[in-house]
Amino acid sequence: MSEPLLSPRVLVTALLLAVLAALPLLTQAFDQRYLLSVGTRIVIWSIAAVSLNIILGYGGLVSFGHAAFFGIGGYAVGILSAEGIQNGWVQWPVALAASILWAALVGALSLRTRGVYFIMITLAFAQLVYYLASGLEAYGGDDGLNISRSRFPGLLDLRDKATFYWLCFALLCASLWFCGRLAHSRFGAVLRGARSNELRMQALGFPVFRYRLVACIVAGALGGLAGILLANEGAYVSPAMMSWVKSGDLIVIVVLGGIGVRFGPLYGAVAFFALEELLKPALDLMHKGWGEYWQIVFGPLLVLIALYARGGIASLLGFRRA
Amino acid sequence: MRAAASPRCWGSVVPEPLLSTDRLVKRFGGLLATDNVSIDVRPGEIHALIGPNGAGKTTLIGQLTGNLAPDSGTIRFAGRDVTRLPTHARVRLGLGRSFQITSVLREFSAIDNVALAVQAHDGHSFRFLRDVRRDRKLREAAQRGLDAVGLGARAAAEASALSHGEQRQLEIAMALAGEPRLLLLDEPMAGMGVEESQRLVAFLQALKSRCGMLLIEHDMDAVFALADRITVLVYGRIIASGTPDEIRAHPEVRQAYLGEETA
Repeated sequence: MSEPLLSPRVLVTALLLAVLAALPLLTQAFDQRYLLSVGTRIVIWSIAAVSLNIILGYGGLVSFGHAAFFGIGGYAVGILSAEGIQNGWVQWPVALAASILWAALVGALSLRTRGVYFIMITLAFAQLVYYLASGLEAYGGDDGLNISRSRFPGLLDLRDKATFYWLCFALLCASLWFCGRLAHSRFGAVLRGARSNELRMQALGFPVFRYRLVACIVAGALGGLAGILLANEGAYVSPAMMSWVKSGDLIVIVVLGGIGVRFGPLYGAVAFFALEELLKPALDLMHKGWGEYWQIVFGPLLVLIALYARGGIASLLGFRRA
Repeated sequence: MRAAASPRCWGSVVPEPLLSTDRLVKRFGGLLATDNVSIDVRPGEIHALIGPNGAGKTTLIGQLTGNLAPDSGTIRFAGRDVTRLPTHARVRLGLGRSFQITSVLREFSAIDNVALAVQAHDGHSFRFLRDVRRDRKLREAAQRGLDAVGLGARAAAEASALSHGEQRQLEIAMALAGEPRLLLLDEPMAGMGVEESQRLVAFLQALKSRCGMLLIEHDMDAVFALADRITVLVYGRIIASGTPDEIRAHPEVRQAYLGEETA
């Protein structure tokens, strides 16, 4: 159980976390402000992926509507902001409560289905919120809504990019810690057991549905948190943040990083955005305008991962699924 | 919790049955898979259910465990009507089962499998932070469970790496972890070697004092060695029920079932 301190995975993970922790200092030193905003997005998406990893990785349930939490967390902040309530101590709890309610509702209905039906019903619920937001003419409709960032008077100034980044990073570390504990807790054992053999778990006396519902709610709260942060990052919310493409991207990140591994979502998000940022200019360099089609290269890469590295990046580093 | 579930009457000559069904009926389309089945199991008794393939034994077990809903009739367990109770609630009342097709958590180690079974009976599992692998209460009980079925030395092995016979033993260790009052055993000897079967027979014999059992088994040597009563099911219907000697002598049974075996 104890791990050699210098195994590659420990080194890579420690290095990655160290770079992320020092990112505002690094980007300042090298005068690459743009990279800080990329880094912020990576960290926020990592939190959302950690959240999806609870359901998808430990629960074995393919939720295809996870971007809805981006939207619900984001719009809760956005709408309150538009109504003149800027205080984060009000905005954030309301946004989290809305996400939890949504998770409970979607979970209670979709967990009665299995397999493809679960995928379709979670997608359908996410589309519902997407079109609802598009129809909110009072709050920008399709065009979205410019907002001002949440205020924590006397505590934090989220307009300061480094402060905001560090807040996101601290929240990511907390979610990674929590998820690592959760995976091997009594609760996590039930969740993983049900992934392995649901019928057996019922025959052992576990009300599997209840545990999965709570997993959805925990993941929903974390997903909503990512939505809150995303809205604050761009000072903007729009229906696009919860399009089904974003839900797909989140699944891709979790699969790419390593399903059911604590640090998988982090690797996945870093790899996903790094590839996007690298492939775009590389392709543009080959032929102007090709950069837009970076996913033509990214797609086959994913296929290769699916075929030859089932556990994603984490398995290449020697991590085992929990 | 369990003690409060039912009044037991050990004092009477024939104890109140632990489990009983009353005219249970289950149809699949035109097929009558369970045809007015009334059967009971008393405490400390092994009641064997035999019958040819397709007689509806597994369908009946499915209704007893709560995986299938009967079309009519009632199931009583530990003094309660459990006909509409979900599986997990019946298990909580003390109704354990082992599966016909080995059904262990393949990615978990042997001890993790039993530890989960112990955990299922140790209050709720909405505990999010403490590491189960360091939970001594669960680990020690799980190790005792493995030792009891003779798997103690294989505790750390992943369940998928166990031999078929070992997986069957693990299956029983998991079913017993909750200290059930009644155990539904769906072909526990299936796929076992002669020696393994004999060991299991001795084990179940010793277990009888602790819990009643409803045993479905094709191995007639095991059935006649273990059973206090035998019920014969053919086409979903009970054609005979009685002591092993009565069943052995029953003409209809000999023709319908045992005849095939000995022919």
